[in-house]
Amino acid sequence: MAQVEMVGIAKHFGGVKALRNVSFAAEAGEIHALMGENGAGKSTLMKTLSGAYLRDAGEIKLKGQVTDIQSPRQALDMGVTVIYQELVIAPHLSVAENIFIDHLSTGGFFVKRSHIEAEARKVLAEIGFTDIDVSRPAGELSIAYQQVVEICKALTRNSSVLVLDEPTAVLTSHETEKLFELLFQLRDKGVCIIYVSHRLEEIFHICTRATILKDGETVGTVNIADITQHDLINMMVGRELSDLFPDRSVEIGAPVLEVEGLNAGVMVQDVGFTLYAGEVLGFAGLVGAGRTETMRAIFGADARESGRIVLKGREISPSSPKEAIRDGIGLLPEDRKAQGVLLEMSVRVNGALRPDSPYESKVGLIDRAAEGRGIQALVEQLAVKTASIESNVGDLSGGNQQKVALMKWVDMGSDVLIVDEPTRGVDVGAKIEIYNVINDLAAKGVGVIVVSSEMTELIGVCDRVLVMREGHIAGELTGDDIREDKMIALAMGLN
Amino acid sequence: MENKTLGQKASYIFFEYNALVMLVVLVVASSFLSEAFLSTQNITNLLRQLIPLLLVSIGMLLVILTGGIDLAVGSVAAVGGVVLVMVMNGNADGGAFWLILSVLAAAGGGALLGAVTGAFVAFFRMAPFVASLALMTIARGIAYIISNGQPQRFDREQEAALILRTFGSKSAPIIDLAWPIVFGALVIAFFYVLMRYTAYGRLTVATGSNETAIRLAGIPVARYKLLAYAACGALSAIAGVVVASRSGVATPASGVALELDAIAACVIGGALLSGGKGTVVNTVIGVLVLGLIGNIMNLLSVPAYPQQVIKGAIIILAVLLQGVGRKDARV
Repeated sequence: MAQVEMVGIAKHFGGVKALRNVSFAAEAGEIHALMGENGAGKSTLMKTLSGAYLRDAGEIKLKGQVTDIQSPRQALDMGVTVIYQELVIAPHLSVAENIFIDHLSTGGFFVKRSHIEAEARKVLAEIGFTDIDVSRPAGELSIAYQQVVEICKALTRNSSVLVLDEPTAVLTSHETEKLFELLFQLRDKGVCIIYVSHRLEEIFHICTRATILKDGETVGTVNIADITQHDLINMMVGRELSDLFPDRSVEIGAPVLEVEGLNAGVMVQDVGFTLYAGEVLGFAGLVGAGRTETMRAIFGADARESGRIVLKGREISPSSPKEAIRDGIGLLPEDRKAQGVLLEMSVRVNGALRPDSPYESKVGLIDRAAEGRGIQALVEQLAVKTASIESNVGDLSGGNQQKVALMKWVDMGSDVLIVDEPTRGVDVGAKIEIYNVINDLAAKGVGVIVVSSEMTELIGVCDRVLVMREGHIAGELTGDDIREDKMIALAMGLN
Repeated sequence: MENKTLGQKASYIFFEYNALVMLVVLVVASSFLSEAFLSTQNITNLLRQLIPLLLVSIGMLLVILTGGIDLAVGSVAAVGGVVLVMVMNGNADGGAFWLILSVLAAAGGGALLGAVTGAFVAFFRMAPFVASLALMTIARGIAYIISNGQPQRFDREQEAALILRTFGSKSAPIIDLAWPIVFGALVIAFFYVLMRYTAYGRLTVATGSNETAIRLAGIPVARYKLLAYAACGALSAIAGVVVASRSGVATPASGVALELDAIAACVIGGALLSGGKGTVVNTVIGVLVLGLIGNIMNLLSVPAYPQQVIKGAIIILAVLLQGVGRKDARV
């Protein structure tokens, strides 16, 4: 009997049918992948399971029992815990207090600190994380450990169903391995784990079965052992996908960006490299290796201590993003929602979000009609799927949000464009379109830097890859040497 | 979208334009409740009285859009009035030019006080509530200090004062509207265009929507914040000028609790206190709603104390209506 069974689930928001008729079942003691492009309905489905959304139709059964989940509280009481991408820890409370957040005062009115700390230590020891200090504020932990705290919360509630939404998006590969070990442990204890992810490698590594959603409907459930990555992608996008990475013929030109002896705090130490016109240069490394910090220092978003930056033969020293943009450098930030786009504002406003609007007249008025045409042209050029340019960016899928964030950089025509994790949380279809944008820019002679934690992506799109480790550039890979094993070796310092 | 039922359309209009709906309902109800309501005199009086609140509310909106709040507007209005009268009285022979200079002095003083709040918020990252709370008492103190605690009256013989009193009490020729109302309409038009058709307006809203994102887009966030507070200060001081032009006296104790009405007007108009959402037109509607509530209750002779309770209840109702419309969209 399935631990979780969802039959004929439907849910609409206004006129949009997010889920039409989804059925899904997962067993106790399995790790079941839930896959699909962004907007396919994965998160909505899990939110109907967790009680965050009320379903319009359909049945949810837990262990064969029909249940009527009406609120997150009810779902928790029935043993369903969902760990969202955006963690919900209370940063100023201690680890122990976070773990027992919803039953802090079990014994009476007062919180017994020593008691919950002892209990928290016990739970952590059970899953092998004895190095977490339970009295520390949870906000001081790394994201990976915050996730462990979330999982502990679920354990103390004796959850029989654990849903993880893109848990590894923010983890280093070492942390990811530790998380997987923990998941295997829980699986062996009979917990039903539903794993929502885009990352094929991970799914093939840890999951037994996968259910694929597309456009709010179930495409099917497959045994991972019986299917190839290629076929799985085809099920997700519903079309033949000959190659995830578009071919590109490269014509590498003169140096556009030369960086020498760049220092900025502990994360950026003596970094130097040269980027050529038309080149796509990858930056690999573990999370925390200093890649993002290097880029922010070059872009003027963080202060530099020393170093020379030469752009097209001219030395520059941007002290703010504004100056960097004026000099000809663009940066697509790593965290789309927090740094890349204005979610509550329109595609129009986001597309024109730049220091100097080209649609501004001499008296300072914006020509809205001309701007509308310009933005519409960009929407078509980048194949942004939006109802209109007046739609809020928050209503678009992750991939389309990312394309909106790219719009202004494409329009501004910088000499150098840095894209930091350009396809994080983006579905396969939109990924290809983003790679196409990168290739088009490079073909026009722009030097593109791609910072990514997805090694397949770096292999697929880059002409050359620099690997960073602990604030230094650990090595350079070109041609056939751009391989996962070499990147990992350099990133971890195993030479 | 096309196949919506009539009911769905009605509810869409109701929730999307709830401030406007509320205004219409109030106007219709008021005209039934009191015969005096729709008289030209009542409407003119009502609008004229609302101009100072309108000015302050637009200033408050700018600040709220950046995600801030300015509690000092009432005190700054008092400073504006006092500065105006004192500068004007400084030159017994002053004419129109001297009047303009005096108004500029008042507005400049207000802008300066606003800029101080703005500087603490933008450059020292102080919480807007705290910074403007401090400026609220500082500005009030300044109003008392420079006026020596006394109400300031215009020099009756002075030409500048006569011009100002004409502005405060007479109507504009041809269109036959009270001057303050004409002025208010111009201010509304100016800020409507500013917010909708200029990069300044758009980036002010963007600052409140996602500060990090616009900084990384190469836009100097601090400048937009500072400007919002400075504009709010200038508008508040001008509100003080308008009050003085009507009454002929500037009192250092005036404008108490003005900030609360201004915030209420913005909120009724649908502005988000967290920033990034709000429009000039809706704020004007918010001001009118607030004014109408007071006006109709006065016409119906509702005593002052129950009036306050009813006003509060209507603010809550307005915000509830905004929330109900969005309930389904986000959890």
